[in-house]
Amino acid sequence: MNLSRKWLNEFVEIDANDKEFAEAMTLSGSKVELTHDMGEEISNVVVGRILSMERHENSDHMWVCQLDVGKEEPVQIVTGAWNIHTGDLVPVSLHKSTLPGGKKIEKGKLRGVLSNGMLCSLKELGLDERDFPYGVITAAALLNDYHPIDPDKPSIPEEIELGHKIFGSVVAAGAGEVKSLGDGRWSVALVWAEDGSPVGTTVETACQNIHSMDLVAFDTKARTICTLADLHAEQKEFPHCIPDGIFVLQEDCKPGDDIKAVTGLDDHVVEFEITPNRPDCLSVIGLAREAAATFDKPCRFHTPEVKGGGEGVLPELLDVETPDPELCPRYTARMVRNVKIGPSPKWMRERLRAMGVRPINNIVDITNYVMLEYGQPMHAFDYRYVNGGKIIVRRAAEGEKLTTLDGKEHTLTSNHLVIADEGRAVGLAGIMGGLNSEIVDDTADVVFESACFDGTCIRKGALALGMRTEASAKFEKGLDPMNTLPAVNRACELVELLGAGEVVDGVIDILNYVPQPTVLKLEPDKINALLGTDISQGEMAQIMERINFELHDDQTLTIPSWRGDVKEMADLAEEVARFYGYNNIPTTLMRGQTTLGGYSPEQRLEQRLGAVCRSCGYDEIITYSFISPTWYDKIGWPASDPRRESFKILNPLGEDTSIMRTTTLPSMLDILARNYNYRNKDVRLYELGRIYLPGGENGLANEEKVLTLGAYGEGFGFYDLKGVVEAILREIRVGDVEFVPVSDNPSYHPGRCAQVLACDGLYVGVMGQVHPNVAKSCGVDGELYCAELDFVTMRSIAGPDPEYTPLPRFPSVTRDIAVVCDEAVTVGKLEWTIRRGARGLLKEVSLFDIYRGKGIDEGKKSVAFNLVLRADDRSLTSEEADEDVKSILEALEKDCGARLR
Amino acid sequence: MKEQLAKIKSEALAAFEAVASPAALDELRVKYLGKKGELTAVLKQMGRLTPEERPAMGALANEVRSALESAIETASQKLEASALEARLKAEAIDVTVPGKTVKMGHKHPMYSALDEIKDIFVGMGFTVLDGPEVELAELNFDRLNAEEGHPSRDWSDTFYFDKDSRVMLRSQTSPMQVRAMDSMPLPIRIIAPGRVYRKDEVDATHSPMFHQVEGMVIDKNVTMADLKGTLNLLAEELFGKGTVTRFRPHHFPFTEPSCEMDVQCHKCGGAGCATCKGEGWIELLGAGMIHPNVLRMAGIDPEEWSGWAFGMGLERTAMRRFKIADLRLIFENDVRFLEQF
Repeated sequence: MNLSRKWLNEFVEIDANDKEFAEAMTLSGSKVELTHDMGEEISNVVVGRILSMERHENSDHMWVCQLDVGKEEPVQIVTGAWNIHTGDLVPVSLHKSTLPGGKKIEKGKLRGVLSNGMLCSLKELGLDERDFPYGVITAAALLNDYHPIDPDKPSIPEEIELGHKIFGSVVAAGAGEVKSLGDGRWSVALVWAEDGSPVGTTVETACQNIHSMDLVAFDTKARTICTLADLHAEQKEFPHCIPDGIFVLQEDCKPGDDIKAVTGLDDHVVEFEITPNRPDCLSVIGLAREAAATFDKPCRFHTPEVKGGGEGVLPELLDVETPDPELCPRYTARMVRNVKIGPSPKWMRERLRAMGVRPINNIVDITNYVMLEYGQPMHAFDYRYVNGGKIIVRRAAEGEKLTTLDGKEHTLTSNHLVIADEGRAVGLAGIMGGLNSEIVDDTADVVFESACFDGTCIRKGALALGMRTEASAKFEKGLDPMNTLPAVNRACELVELLGAGEVVDGVIDILNYVPQPTVLKLEPDKINALLGTDISQGEMAQIMERINFELHDDQTLTIPSWRGDVKEMADLAEEVARFYGYNNIPTTLMRGQTTLGGYSPEQRLEQRLGAVCRSCGYDEIITYSFISPTWYDKIGWPASDPRRESFKILNPLGEDTSIMRTTTLPSMLDILARNYNYRNKDVRLYELGRIYLPGGENGLANEEKVLTLGAYGEGFGFYDLKGVVEAILREIRVGDVEFVPVSDNPSYHPGRCAQVLACDGLYVGVMGQVHPNVAKSCGVDGELYCAELDFVTMRSIAGPDPEYTPLPRFPSVTRDIAVVCDEAVTVGKLEWTIRRGARGLLKEVSLFDIYRGKGIDEGKKSVAFNLVLRADDRSLTSEEADEDVKSILEALEKDCGARLR
Repeated sequence: MKEQLAKIKSEALAAFEAVASPAALDELRVKYLGKKGELTAVLKQMGRLTPEERPAMGALANEVRSALESAIETASQKLEASALEARLKAEAIDVTVPGKTVKMGHKHPMYSALDEIKDIFVGMGFTVLDGPEVELAELNFDRLNAEEGHPSRDWSDTFYFDKDSRVMLRSQTSPMQVRAMDSMPLPIRIIAPGRVYRKDEVDATHSPMFHQVEGMVIDKNVTMADLKGTLNLLAEELFGKGTVTRFRPHHFPFTEPSCEMDVQCHKCGGAGCATCKGEGWIELLGAGMIHPNVLRMAGIDPEEWSGWAFGMGLERTAMRRFKIADLRLIFENDVRFLEQF
C-alpha cells in the first residue's frame, strides 16, 4: 500500500521526516517497506519563459533560445525541439542539474553555440501524457523539413513555390505570424499564391511546431494545416516533425519556480506492508487513523456533502435486488446524470500518480480516488446498458459468459457473483466490471456502486478465474460494511467538485445484515498479566481513545466497525502494547515449573552418525526433498517399479521439484555431479535426509530417514566406501554385519554392489559403485560411489552402551595362513569358515593378502590371513594353537575347497 | 719401572684424548690394558721387585690402570655424544614441508547454526521435536486459526497434494505447536526445527524449500515479557553479547499479540546500508503470545494457561551467522563452500 504524504497531511498533520515517520509507524504496527521522494532525482530544474528564439546558424533544425529563469540575466539554451514558442513556460534543466535515471545536465556547446542547460520533455521529468494530458504534442508536416525517401524522386520539389499544389486542395503555404490562443491552440497567418496572385488567411491549429517562415501544407478546402497523417507521409520524410518535444506548461507558475512543486513531484510516498488482518489500513483514511494514533495528533475527517439536484427520481430510475443476501451484506448506489467525461484535475492526477495509479478520465479517476481514500472498492458503469433500470446481484448461471473490462471472456459458474440487469451480467461483483457497461467518452449517465460482498465468495471467484484485482484483494479480506455509504457520497461529492455531472438525489442502500458493534470489557489486570507489564487503567484508557475505541463508564469498549479484527482480550492487549511500545515491555526470563528437556535417543543417534561420517572425511550436504520424476528413469528404475509411486505436488514450481523423493540417490547424484562439473577433486559427502513414502496415517507420508553417502576421487574405490560403512556400523555397535553381492540393482554396477545386512540378515541398506550408465546420465564419466543406509533399521539395531571386558592377561599366538582356492570363493566365505572352524581360541582374523599369478593355477587365488589365538586363563602352547589352526584348515578344505599353499 | 708406568700413562692418556672412533679406542684399550698390553707387560715385571718395593709399585700400577680406565670411559662417552650429534644432524628434515593431510568432514553451516540454537534451548529445558513435512492443512492452517481464505492457503503460495487442499507440504513448522499440544502434558517447552515449503522461485534470498525452527512454551503465567527475555537471550547467544534487538507489532493468525524481532544490522550498526536495505535492522523471527483460539482448539483453557511461540528462518540466521551472501550456496553443496565451515 502506497501512501502520499501530501494526501495524508490533509487528514492529519505529521511533520516528521520520512525516516522518523517510517520508524514510528513501523513500531506501532504499520510496517514501512520503503519511503520515496518522488522528485529525489530532480534538482536545479526550474520554470523558464522563452524570451526569444532564433534559428541556429549551423543547424537545419535547432533553435537558440533566451530564457527568463527568474534570475537577473536570461540564460541561453539550444534545443532541437520545434513545439515551443516565444512566451512559453517550459521546464529548464539548468547547468549542473539532475534528472530521473541519474541523468546529469551541464553546459556545453552545440554546433559552436553555448547552451546553458536543457529544456525538458515530460518523459525527461519521469512523467507522461497521462499525468499531463495537455502535454500531447501534435505536429504539422513542415515542408521545409521534407527529406525525400528517394532523393531522385522527391514527392515535393526542393525549391517549392508558395501555392504549389501538392495534391487535391492541398497547397504549399508560408507561415507568417503565429499566435498562441492558449489552451494549446494557435492562430497562424498563411500566405500562398493562386493563379499568380498572393492569397492570405489566418487559421487555427493544434499543431505546435509551426513558426514564422515555416512552409506548411494547407488544405484550402478543409482550411486545416496538414499533419503527416493527412499527407500519408512517413516519419522519416519529415524527421523533425515529431509528436514529441518540450513540455509546455499550462500551470499557474512563474519563471524560477521549482519544477517539482509545479508538477507535483514534491510529494513523498511511503510504501507499507499491510498485514491481512488490517484491510482498513489499505486506505489513506485508515493509515491516517494509525498515524494520528502513533503521533498522538488529532485527525480531521470530513463528511462528504452532496448537493444533488440531478434530473429524475432515483427509485424510478434504478432498482436493486439482492437475491443472495448472504453474499452481499450491503449494496449502496447513486446515480450521476449528464456526465462530461474528460481528464480529472491536476491535484487528483497527482495524488493518483503518487499512489501508483494511472489517471484515465474523471469518472474512473474518481472511483480510484475513493478506493484509495476510503479503502472501499467502487465501480462505475454506464446506465444506458442497465436494461430495465434494474440491478440484480446474483449468482452466475452455470456456463454464463461475461467479458470483463480487460477484454477477456469468462465462463462462469454458480460460485461467481455477478452484477446483472434483467437480461445479462454487466459485471463480476467485486472483481471487475463488464466490458458491456464500460464508461466511454459519450457516457451520459453513470451508476456508482459501492458495495460489500462476501470475502470468501469473491476470493474463490477471483481464484477460479485467475484474476486477482485490487478490488478483489480488498474484498477477500472482509471489508467494513459501514464504509459503503460515505464512499459513494464522497464519489458524488467529487463529481460535483469536478463539474463532471449532476448527482441525482437519494441513495439506494440495501442492508442485508444488522450492524452490531463489538463490545468488549477493558480488563487492565488480564492485559498486564499477558504482557508482563504494569500499565495503569488510565494509560490504557488513553490508548483506547487514540484508536477510537469508545470506553464507557462500565469499562466496556465499543469497537469501531472498521476494526473487525478485534474480538477479545488478547486483541485489546495487542492494541495496548502497540501504543505503549513493544520495546517498553520489560524483558524477563521464564519462571514456573521447569521441564526436563534434552535430546531423544533418536536425535542422539543422528548426532553420532553425523560425527562418524565427518570423522571419516565426509562433508554434510542439504538437498531438496522434491525431485523431478525423470530421475526414476535416470537411476534405471523399471517403469513398473512400485517405488516410483510418489507424493506428487499438484501445483509445483516446475517439473524439477514436482514429486517427493522415495529415494535419496538422485539428490546425492545431483550434488556429486555438480561438484564433478566444478572439477572439485576427491569429494566425500553425506546427508541424513528423508524419503517420503505413500501409505502413511491420515493420507500423509511415511517419512523415513536415510543416511546417504556419496564419493568419488582419485583412487577411490568400493573398499574405501565399504570401510566407511563398516566404521559407521561399528560406531553404533551393530554386530553381525554382512555384505552380500547384488547384481540386479539397476542403479548400481552389477559386479560392485552389495546389500548391507546386519543382526541375522536384517536389511540395512545398499552400497556400491553407481552404474556407469546412471553416472553418465548425470553427466559424469568417472566412477561414483554411493551408499544408502536406512536410519530406522540402524536405530533398531544400534547396540547398547559398551561394557568393559577385561584386558587379556595371557599372551596370544599369531599364525599366518595362505590358502589356495577357486576364484569364485569369496573372502567373506573364507573368513566365515575360519571363524566357524576354530575351536574357541581364535580371537581375530584379518585378511592381509590376495595373490594371483605365478605359482598359482589359472582360475585360482591365494588368500592369506593373519590369525590371533589366545586363551583367557593360560598361556597357549604352540601345540594348542596348532590344533586350532589344523581344525580351521580342515574346515576350509571341506567347505571351500581351499588348501594350504 | 716407575718411569715405564709414568710413560705408559702419559702416552695412553694422550692417545685416548685424541682417539677418533670407537674402533680405534678399542684398539688402544687392548694396546694398553689388554692381556698382552703394555701395562700388563710392565706388571709382569713386578716379580723382579723386592718385597719392599712391591706395595708402592702395585699401588702406582693400579692408579695408572684406573686412570686409563676412566680415560677410556670419558673418551667413549665423548665418542658416543659426537656420534649421536652426527646422526641427529644427518636426520634433520625440512619442517616446512606440509603435514600429511587428515581429511575431516564438515558439518553443513546451516546445521551448525541449528545445533547452536538447539543447544541453547535444550539448556533451558526444552525438548526437541521432529514432525512430518507432508502435513494436513488442518494442522498447518485451521488449528492455527488461519481460516479458509487466509492468503497463505492460496495455491499460489502453498504446495498441495490433492484437489481438496487437504494434504500439503507444511508451509511453516508451526503445526508442530498443535502436534505438541495434542500429545504432550502441560506445561510444554519445545522447539521443532525442520524443513518447510513455500512457492517461491529460487533467488539470492528465496528457495521453495527452507528450514525453520519453531519454539513454544505453555505454562501458567507466561507473559510477553518472558518471550522478549528468551528471544533476547537467543540473539545474544547466536550473535554475541550486547546484540541489539527490537520488537515490532505484526500479525500471525495463531498469536495475539504478535511481533517480529529485528536484530540491529551487523554491517552498519543501525545507520542503514545495503545489507539491511537502509533500515538499520534485519528481521530475524516472528513470535507472539499463543492465540486463545489455538489453545481452545487444543482443549487448553486460555484463562488458566498462556504461552508464547516463535518461528525463525534458519537459512537467514545461518547466513547472518557466517556472513553468507547468497541463499543458493546453501543448497548448491559445492565442497569448496562446505569446507569453509
